[in-house]
Amino acid sequence: MQNKTAHELHSLLTAKKISSVELTEKVFEQIEKVENRVRAYVTLTKEKALKAARAADERIKNGQDLTPLTGIPIAIKDNMCTRETLTTCSSKILANYLPPYDATIIEKLQAAGAVMLGKTNLDEFAMGSSTENSGFHTTHNPWNLETVPGGSSGGSAAAVASGECILALGSDTGGSIRQPASFCGVVGLKPTYGRVSRYGLVAFASSLDQIGPLTKDVTDTAILMNIISGRDPLDSTSVEKAVPDYRKSLVNDVKKFRIGLISDLMGKGIDEEIKKAIKAAARQLESLGAIVEEVSLPTFEYAVPTYYLIAPAEASSNLARYDGVKYGHRSKEFTDLLSMYYHTRQEGFGPEVKRRIMLGTYALSAGYYDAYYLKALKVRALIKEDFDKAFKRFDVLISPTAPSVAFKIGEKTADPLSMYLSDIATIPVNLAGLPAISLPCGFSNGLPIGLQIIGEAFAEEKLLQVAYTYEQNTEWHKRKPSFAKATEGKPTL
Amino acid sequence: MQIEVEQVARLARLGLTEEEKKLFGEQLARILGYAEILNKLPTEKTPPLTHALPLKNVLREDKVFPCQNAGDIMANAPDEEEHMFKVPKILE
Repeated sequence: MQNKTAHELHSLLTAKKISSVELTEKVFEQIEKVENRVRAYVTLTKEKALKAARAADERIKNGQDLTPLTGIPIAIKDNMCTRETLTTCSSKILANYLPPYDATIIEKLQAAGAVMLGKTNLDEFAMGSSTENSGFHTTHNPWNLETVPGGSSGGSAAAVASGECILALGSDTGGSIRQPASFCGVVGLKPTYGRVSRYGLVAFASSLDQIGPLTKDVTDTAILMNIISGRDPLDSTSVEKAVPDYRKSLVNDVKKFRIGLISDLMGKGIDEEIKKAIKAAARQLESLGAIVEEVSLPTFEYAVPTYYLIAPAEASSNLARYDGVKYGHRSKEFTDLLSMYYHTRQEGFGPEVKRRIMLGTYALSAGYYDAYYLKALKVRALIKEDFDKAFKRFDVLISPTAPSVAFKIGEKTADPLSMYLSDIATIPVNLAGLPAISLPCGFSNGLPIGLQIIGEAFAEEKLLQVAYTYEQNTEWHKRKPSFAKATEGKPTL
Repeated sequence: MQIEVEQVARLARLGLTEEEKKLFGEQLARILGYAEILNKLPTEKTPPLTHALPLKNVLREDKVFPCQNAGDIMANAPDEEEHMFKVPKILE
């Protein structure tokens, strides 16, 4: 049951073939079976979940206010504020933080009747590509427990792939939804900057961060987007723009769609098996009636260094708030205010967060601001121009989501730069504020490969249509990790 | 490239061990060295892009709202007294 999609389960719930309480208990059974190996969660909230499930069952019984997510168990990345449930960002500095309020997307999910299961693991403050930077533990990829699930939303992606939730929310600053979706063989969408409220999302790099879905198929992504999208007066960067019914984009047709295959992401640095799978996906889209041509976005080779100046600069400013005064960890070793700051931050932050605070502080400091930060902002403008030009010719662009399949735990931890390069295909999208989706398009050595589809700002509907068409004509998304299948309970349906 | 690690750490109010100073000095130099490739791109005429979307300042009426959850907010404070955050003495 836990391997079904939200839309399948919605039919079973409304037909009263199952109850939300049964479903929620089933998911917790799966969690008990596999969580000690996957370690997707930081906090589980079983009692609250069952209470929400009972309330959902009441709604279903009365046929009142039903939404496609009523009674559906969902996992939340632990950088989104949940009132009365710990919100740690997988950081020791926030290990005991109980937010006094709910993020807007949490309120929306509650109003829809969704059942929150708990909070998922991430790279500390969403800084990383493997969850190995979590201050608590590393999450394991359900397809091969010796490999990483990707990051930073690795906990959410692994939970979806292993049946430890039905769907999940993640956040994406440089690829943190799409890259783990790719590594774990699930669907992940980074919406347009401003499409989803970030009120209550703990800030990492504010000009790049965006919340989005991780799901088992494209239909569930559309359903979750319908619930979480829209302007929020509490997030001044959320955009006043009508939210379409994204399910209407679930049309199995790409005839006459102009699709650009990004040649700069099909060259060196990208594994052969990945290139083969992406070329096959391009050919398949062509056979379905799309017009596929190669396109070059030459500034892409500058995207990673640009990002690693801008994102740490913003992070160094955003993370100044963790000072041991208002919340979170405070060191016991200090003689005055200044030494309290030094010790609190030294004890509370892990190595990658410290590295980025240092990098960002340096890039913003007097004498280096123009050479690094300002230069990066200018290159960012050129990257966006490249996209603008490409979208004059194409409806959507496609590329690999990541240059490789999931790598081994520990393989890249000693070399930050090699870790940063694993986001080479996803980073340009954040710099330009665009929407992009990753969905399964093949396997290499038993590990999933992700196809990235990029659209213009607020063109989520086109992405969903192309993604849906590809999915309906392929079987990749139906494969489950053998480990998830082996532990599946007896069918009760 | 030589990074003034201690000066940067001071600006960031970040305590570092000797080991971290050495490691971050090397790693930052390597990452910033990599960033040098940006200089291959001429950008004299390019205006900097801080946000991808044309965002404007959003203002609202300056109204007083009651704070319903002051207790929850203060419950997170490492040290507090009568709903005020306590810090080490900053004035003699």
